[in-house]
Amino acid sequence: MTGIIGKKLGMTQVFTEDGKMVPVTVVEAGPCCVIQVKTPGKDGYEAVKVGFIEVRKEKNISKPDAGVFKKAGTKAFKILKEFPMSGLNVGDMIKAENFNKGDIVTVSGVSKGKGFQGVMKRHNFKGGPDSHGSMFNRAPGSIGASSFPSRVWKGIRMAGHMGSERVTVSNLTVVDVRPEQNIILIEGAVPGAANSILEILKK
Amino acid sequence: MNLLQPIEESYKKDVPKFNIGDTVKVYVKVVEGDKERLQPYEGVVISRRGGSIRETFMVRKISFGVGVERIFPVHSPSIDKIEVIKRGDVRRAKLYYLRDKKGKEAKVKEKARETAAKA
Repeated sequence: MTGIIGKKLGMTQVFTEDGKMVPVTVVEAGPCCVIQVKTPGKDGYEAVKVGFIEVRKEKNISKPDAGVFKKAGTKAFKILKEFPMSGLNVGDMIKAENFNKGDIVTVSGVSKGKGFQGVMKRHNFKGGPDSHGSMFNRAPGSIGASSFPSRVWKGIRMAGHMGSERVTVSNLTVVDVRPEQNIILIEGAVPGAANSILEILKK
Repeated sequence: MNLLQPIEESYKKDVPKFNIGDTVKVYVKVVEGDKERLQPYEGVVISRRGGSIRETFMVRKISFGVGVERIFPVHSPSIDKIEVIKRGDVRRAKLYYLRDKKGKEAKVKEKARETAAKA
């Protein structure tokens, strides 16, 4: 299993060898530095904490963070994430070259924020007719029965905040890897806007 | 978008310059079973759209009395080569009007300078 932190650069289209055009997301992946190795004995589970994007100015490192990096003896990084990996040591680098063309990856990120949205957009409700005197256009409809239960059941789908949540997309194919530029091309779309941070995990 | 530009550039091919109204011959790679052969397709370029790696062009020809239009991605690996046969003299970016013309009217004038050079 290999995990890496990446930054979504945007989407484009490229050609495969057999002449097919595929939509791809361009991700700047790594290099990520191993900050801490978690072991079952000490931490109860196996994982590796990695850092991505170096902090340029020392004043931008919080004091608790500075302690973490001092202990690890590594440079300071802006983004820290954990991956269920093993067999790495503190200071090791995970790079884009750890991924190959054709790999199947799982990508997680924070989706684009949509704000407060109604039930049609948020939960794919059907809504009502737009015309012919209809007054039930985008309303949610009934939210439950009357005297029993005399309240609204928990978990009823209603309008509310949409997006800006963690989304995971699995079974995405790596179309190309450019190790010298730390770039991975992943087929299809991944969560989030351009410049958002992604976790890429290879089984 | 500047970050994506070098990626798109790297997939681009060397394509000869051609414009709307030009008559071109496109050699398309056709896979039949396990054999690959080239199939030429000749006609007038009636539109070019999109930019960078996404650019496509439309070629129109009359085949056995039936108008045929094919759209090719300019940088597609399944195009072996593009030959420019004639330079057309046109005033429009899209030659969709050719669809409604017949016979002589449906012809694109050749560029005068090119004709002179040939003669």
